[in-house]
Formats: sequence, structure tokens, C-alpha cells
Amino acid sequence: MALSREQLAQRVALELKDGFYVNLGIGIPTLVANYIPAGMDVVMQSENGLLGMGPFPFAGEEDADLINAGKQTVTMIPGASIFSSADSFAMIRGGHVDLTVLGAMEVSEQGDLANWMIPGKMVKGMGGAMDLVAGARRVIVVMMHTSKEGESKVLPSCTLPLTGVACVNMIVTDLALFEVAGDHLILKEHAPGVTLEEITAKTAARFEVAADFSQMRFAPVPA
Amino acid sequence: MNKVVASADEAVRDLTDGITLMSGGFGLSGNPENLILALLRKNARDLTIISNNCGTDECGLGVLLQNGQVKKMISSYVGENKTFERLVLSNQLEIELNPQGTLAERIRAGGAGIEGFFTPTGFGTPVAEGKETRLIGGRWCVLETALRADFAFVKAWKGDRAGNLIYRMTSRNFNPMIATAGKVTIAEVEELVETGELDPDQVHTPGIYVQRIFQGSNYQKWIEQRTVRPRPEA
Repeated sequence: MALSREQLAQRVALELKDGFYVNLGIGIPTLVANYIPAGMDVVMQSENGLLGMGPFPFAGEEDADLINAGKQTVTMIPGASIFSSADSFAMIRGGHVDLTVLGAMEVSEQGDLANWMIPGKMVKGMGGAMDLVAGARRVIVVMMHTSKEGESKVLPSCTLPLTGVACVNMIVTDLALFEVAGDHLILKEHAPGVTLEEITAKTAARFEVAADFSQMRFAPVPA
Repeated sequence: MNKVVASADEAVRDLTDGITLMSGGFGLSGNPENLILALLRKNARDLTIISNNCGTDECGLGVLLQNGQVKKMISSYVGENKTFERLVLSNQLEIELNPQGTLAERIRAGGAGIEGFFTPTGFGTPVAEGKETRLIGGRWCVLETALRADFAFVKAWKGDRAGNLIYRMTSRNFNPMIATAGKVTIAEVEELVETGELDPDQVHTPGIYVQRIFQGSNYQKWIEQRTVRPRPEA
């Protein structure tokens, strides 16, 4: 069984460590914040200029002056700070953010990422993604393993315009988890009920199977 | 020092066709709402606008697009705007997309007298095409150049007659850099106070960067994504 969006977030949440400063992209990555293990101190950075982002506000307490990079109304935790976009990206590009989690359209076996543009079709822009993958200490990509047409999104090389070169450290899909080891992938985990044969059939990139290849675990849903 | 002008219309009196304009804001937060509407009324055309986003179809800079005033946008993300996508795909609007941190730093550099800088961001991507690249400190970097503008629009929470500005929460975003990079920087504020009333330790943008200031009115402060959580039972 392929993973749900929530399960993908629960798997990524196991990569969080106490004391981490983390930037989460829009979509499934945002859900990771719901599964921070109890007792763990993780501070969320939002690239529009907020460190210490809290949960959504209570109804009636939304403030147009307090949003995240997805333009959603948010709150601040005690100890939060506010800064300009230039300061925010100095923080990101200077290597001070421990982890970023982003979505992807394609990832290559060298860890190249494409997630911002389909030529002739979509004009949206890269936002902060290129800065995040160039600057964050660790980059995790979370995405569906195949396209709607069933084509592998984990490829020998990307076909779409790149967001960054050799920048991805880990790929978490609804079928499997890979680590990027320089020039190739290592298959570390499979989703519950998903076989190595299915992963092999649906992955265009070359990969080796880790000696400790095992079933994925998930961060618990907080009480 | 008194930089106060009477209105948004007076503030944009000398904005002409073909100018380059910077505008603060991230999404619809921290937008110079009064100045954008004054520019719409003034109907200056063939504008090159440097701003992280381009509003939505109905709000923010989007109204200038709808009115056909914009020749070129220099931005990082324009996904909230259907008009934008339609104009670009039909070649009626030029677009230069920048990584958001590169955009912020290019504007900061423009205001700080730095003509260019090397950054790893964008290396090996379409952003690097046609630009000098160099291996520095073991990392491949792309040469990015400074951005400046004829006029800069910024929105602050409070300001004084000398042009000192204080922003509120994440409406700060691109406003502080943009304030530094305009030949003429125009600030609109929610509350204009007498010089001396702002605590110097709390000023975000020193008045030297601001040439004109006025108190705006009728702020809409749109929210693009109203996200809330249920209030716990008392």
C-alpha cells in the first residue's frame, strides 16, 4: 500500500533532531510540523522573515501582517524573531538552517532536483527553493514515486529545468526511502506492503539495496 | 527635515512612462496599497517592476497588470496570478525570475553600493545561463548583479516626518532592502508620527533612505490563505 500524505509527513518527521532549525516547503512538507516528537525542540523558519513559527491562529485572531511563505496566517512561538527577506536568506544561504523539506517533480540519482518549472506550460517561479537547496545543511525531498501517468519521478537524470545540482540528501516517496550517496542511490526502506520488485519496476534511476533494507517506521500522532 | 507629502497622488506626481519601480511586499502582506492605486490612477505605462510577487488578479500589483501598465516583471514567484501567466505565455509581458534570496540580495547590494556578488544559488540551473560562474571556496558560484530602481514603494507600520520607519511582523519582508535601492523612495505608513517619537533603537529603516512619506488610508490588508485552528473547549 502506497503511503498517504500524512504518513509521508510522519516518516520525514523521524529525521528531525532536537535543536534543529527547519524550513518546510508548501504541501506535504508543511504537514511534518504536526508530527514533531514530544519533548523535542524544533524551531520552524519561514523564508518571508520569521524564525519560531507557531501553529495556525484561532479563528478571529488572524493577522494579515503575520503569514508564512505559503501566505497562510500563522502565529509566533515564545522566542520568535522577525527579520527582512535579505536577513532570512542570509540565514538560509549561510548554512544556518539544519534541514529543509521540499516537494519535487523529478529527482535524479545524483541528487539533482527539479521542482519549479515545466517549459511552455507553467510560469510560477522558483521562490526560495533554489536558495534553500543550495544553503540548507540537509535537503529531504518528499513526493509521490510516480507521476499521474505512472512514470517514475526518480530518474537517471532530470528532464525538467533544475532547481539545484547534487543537492538532495534523502528522497522519501509513497513507496520507498532512498539516500543519495554521491553519484547513486541507496534504497533504505520500503513502505508497508510494498515489495522490492514493485519499487524496482517503478524506479527508472539506478540504485543499490542497503544491507539493512527494512520497512518504514513512522513518527506517532501526538496525543 | 520634513519629507511628508499630502497624498499618494502627490507622492507619485513625477512617475512617468518607462520607469523602473521597486515595490515591497510578500504576497499581499506589507504591500504599498495606496501607492499602487495612485500609480493606477496616474496610468504611467511600460513599467519595469521589481517585486517578489505580482499580487493576485484583483489585489496589489495585479491591478497594474490588468490595466496593461507593466512591460517587465523581475520577481521570484508569481503563481497566485492567472493574468500574469496568461500575459507571459502570450508574450505580452517580459519576466525575469530570480531565486528569492538572490532577488533580496541583489536589491540589498544595489542599496549598499555592491555591484555584484558570487553565490552558489542557481548554479547548474536556467538561472545561471549567460552568467559568469567561478569555483570559489570549493563551490561553484554564479555572478549576480545589483538591482536599483528609479522609484521604490515601501509600506511600513509607523514612520516619522524624517522618514524613519518601523515595520510590523512579517509585513517587513522585502521593504527594508527596497527602501535602500530606489533613487526616490516613497514610504506609506499606517501611522505618521512627529520626528522624535520613534525610539531610535527600534527603527528598522533609517530616514536617510526615504525621500517622501505619507500616512496611507483605507488599508485592505488582504489575507490570501486564511488558515485557522479550532479554539479548545474552555
